[in-house]
Amino acid sequence: MLIVEDLYVKYYTRRGTVSAVSGVSFTMQKGEMLAVVGESGSGKSTLALTIMRLLPRNAVVERGRILLDGIDVLKLSEDEMRRIRGSKVSMVLQDPFTTLDPLRRVIDQFIEFLMEHGLDRRSAEKLALEALESVGIPKTLAYSYPHQLSGGQKQRVAIAMAIALKPSLVIADEPTTALDVVVQKQIMDLIDTIKRGGTSVMLITHDIALAIERADRIMVMYGGEVMEIADKGTIMSRPLHPYTQGLLASIPRLGSDKIPESIPGYPPDLRNPPKGCVFHPRCPYADERCRSIKPQLIEVEKGHWVKCHRVVKA
Amino acid sequence: MNINPYTGIGLAIILAFVLMALLADIIAPYSPTEASGNVLEPPSIHHIMGTDNLGRDVFSRIVFGSRTILMVVFLAVAISGALGTILGLLTGYVGGAIDRVISFIMDSIYAFPSLILAIALSVALGPNPLNAAIAIALTYVPTYFRMIRGQVLSIKSEGFVEMAKALGLPTTRIIFRHIFPHLIPTLAVVFSMNSADAVLTEAALSFLGLTVQPPTPDWGFDLYKGRGFILAGAWWMLAFPGGMITLLAIGFALLSEGISQSHAVKSFE
Amino acid sequence: MSLVKLDNVVMEFELGTFLSKTRIRAVDRVSIDIGRGEIYGLVGESGSGKSTLGRVSLRLYKPTKGRVIFDGIDITDLPEGKLRKLRKRMQLIPQDPFSSINPLQTIGEALIEPLLVHVDISREEAIEKAKEILEEVGLTPAEEFLTRKPHQLSGGQLQRVAIARAMLLKPDYIVADEPTSNLDASIRASIVKLILEFQRRFNQALLFISHDIALVSLIASRIGVMYLGQLVEEGPAKSIIREPLHPYTKALISAIPLSEELGVERVVLKGEIGNIANPPKGCRLHPRCPFAMDICRREEPPMIEVTPGRKVKCWLYVKR
Repeated sequence: MLIVEDLYVKYYTRRGTVSAVSGVSFTMQKGEMLAVVGESGSGKSTLALTIMRLLPRNAVVERGRILLDGIDVLKLSEDEMRRIRGSKVSMVLQDPFTTLDPLRRVIDQFIEFLMEHGLDRRSAEKLALEALESVGIPKTLAYSYPHQLSGGQKQRVAIAMAIALKPSLVIADEPTTALDVVVQKQIMDLIDTIKRGGTSVMLITHDIALAIERADRIMVMYGGEVMEIADKGTIMSRPLHPYTQGLLASIPRLGSDKIPESIPGYPPDLRNPPKGCVFHPRCPYADERCRSIKPQLIEVEKGHWVKCHRVVKA
Repeated sequence: MNINPYTGIGLAIILAFVLMALLADIIAPYSPTEASGNVLEPPSIHHIMGTDNLGRDVFSRIVFGSRTILMVVFLAVAISGALGTILGLLTGYVGGAIDRVISFIMDSIYAFPSLILAIALSVALGPNPLNAAIAIALTYVPTYFRMIRGQVLSIKSEGFVEMAKALGLPTTRIIFRHIFPHLIPTLAVVFSMNSADAVLTEAALSFLGLTVQPPTPDWGFDLYKGRGFILAGAWWMLAFPGGMITLLAIGFALLSEGISQSHAVKSFE
Repeated sequence: MSLVKLDNVVMEFELGTFLSKTRIRAVDRVSIDIGRGEIYGLVGESGSGKSTLGRVSLRLYKPTKGRVIFDGIDITDLPEGKLRKLRKRMQLIPQDPFSSINPLQTIGEALIEPLLVHVDISREEAIEKAKEILEEVGLTPAEEFLTRKPHQLSGGQLQRVAIARAMLLKPDYIVADEPTSNLDASIRASIVKLILEFQRRFNQALLFISHDIALVSLIASRIGVMYLGQLVEEGPAKSIIREPLHPYTKALISAIPLSEELGVERVVLKGEIGNIANPPKGCRLHPRCPFAMDICRREEPPMIEVTPGRKVKCWLYVKR
């Protein structure tokens, strides 16, 4: 359904060139939830923006291909892309407070969005109300202004807009980070039901515990590269990459007595990424090879890909 | 370092006038207060801006006149800036009853049309350059006060100000070391913007004879006198002082525009 | 004996203009005390008043009602001038590392400033101390960090500077206000450990404020849970996690990813935390609570002590 091949994205800034995404390849099946896990600067958000073709002007896709239902997204014209955005692939952003125009009613913004995709006003309004109701926003709230909604309700509106046209892929970029814990759970439950409706969901998050709880498969990114991909059971029971192991150890576990472990050091400066393995400066096992040669992403068992010199193909 | 073109041109104009005022004795070809030719001579090689109704060289009067206007403008802006900034800093940071009282007074002053207030004050204080400066200064205090107070209120909510308080730093230190430095770019913009306005206000006061006594040279007052001879065809008595007032005001306006542009660029990055 | 004692603290803020003022009660009759060397975890969502309570305990805010006692001294009405001398004994580690240091200062200036104000030492000695502490918090080479500006540091590094600055004065009491919530997961634990290291070394009382009850349960000896300005449950950390009593505490624990392994009763709340300016009548949780009874809608529940040291503010536990 979604195939990303050998993707490279760079930002050209005044203070140097940032290699935000380097050599990322993966696939997504219909109706699955893939969690893309990484810290700030891991390239996970850039990956999302590239798929949506919403990269800022100073970003350049240097290489790679993105196939969405067989369509080569990177080859589409701006006009063709606009038609696909929202109908075939849509996005839910982290901050629900900036997604909506504060000066216009929720329903009006929703109708305008649907009319841009070719619906007439009548059917747009009907569809908008249906979509809002399906995420738990009653009619009365649909006709109110964004400031009358709570953060969780705004995020529900954003999700309703993302699914209204039944896209095949919804990208949720940290959809719960700006919300309170109890509301986070409500929103994630809602995203779960979207997935069960047959829509593929790419959940972008920094929280590996959330990923394990919700996703089918997990892709761990670091420094713009894929470190490990596997289904969640494998990630939980047999994480092979030292970074994945570190992330898992950093989760505070209820009922344990141990303070979680942290990974020493800081994320890399991607204007000047480390030679060899991008993780080696923070890796407890790094040796000479890691410092000089970049490892390849290899499939160690079926569906379990790892990018680390210490892992050999079974 | 790149200098914004507005800043460059504005500064050049202002510096030219400042030099003119400082070196007036060297630049001016004649005495500004004594006749040096026939009355109402049009511009010529001897009198490049012509002569006035008493036969005095208009160019020399312009050159010496720059001293009056620059002095009044700089003095006015310095007094109002200092007063408004200090009041704004204190009331913005301390808040409470003092804030309400001073804000009320400032708003009352602000509600008056500034030119009429300046005229009324200088009539009350008596016509001389220092009083004109004080009158103009008082009308501008609320501008600084409101701007500074508003900024202080927003900077006060920054984490580092709370941290300074939590660390037990003295209040004066918090105000002057941690808040004030952040206001300097905005102050520079308002300073130059107010100077542009002050040039016009000073000219207006002079026009009404509230700044200097004749025969002291002064652009605004010369403009007033020139007005009587326009029907006699002596356009130069009107055009040159008026043009100088406009040019100086434009200089300050360009400077303020330039500073605010480069500051906006800087905070954007 | 407790070092910090908050007695029935009420904190109200006035919002709006001269004519249309609304009073917001951010903290409503909360009492807690923290002993020397004790770690107290304060948990709640945004809008629960937990950060405000932390700031009241530091007397950064003056409470509307109630008393703040620090080391036996009633500091509720102390003027700022007298408070300043006590401030070196109590410090704040803020949530947002990026705004906690004046962007115009260098790291060195930010570190020596409180020393020069509070301690009678020369500039050179202060710089030496700043270098030492930078090394202790793992920012090496220290000389290099002294001359850097805040924007040249990462969030994790800045948070280390904030900790260094708080600890330079060897305070007895620390309020850590969500010190890791703006940081990446992989470095959070190291920041927590750094705070705990100093806490043990100076035997400090630590008020650790967080929305993450899992993290708090690992480090605190006691936990207090706040909801809409009120303390709704308090007790030893272990027992709060193993047997949460208040429905809100249960919901907080249920909301943590992967918490089912603990076997706590799953509680899902409806809706979102209400507006603090207009809290619900009766029990403040009742519109969201799956166990709400008639009395919950009418009357505010009392805080009752179920077992010694274990308190809960819920009608379910009131014997009638």
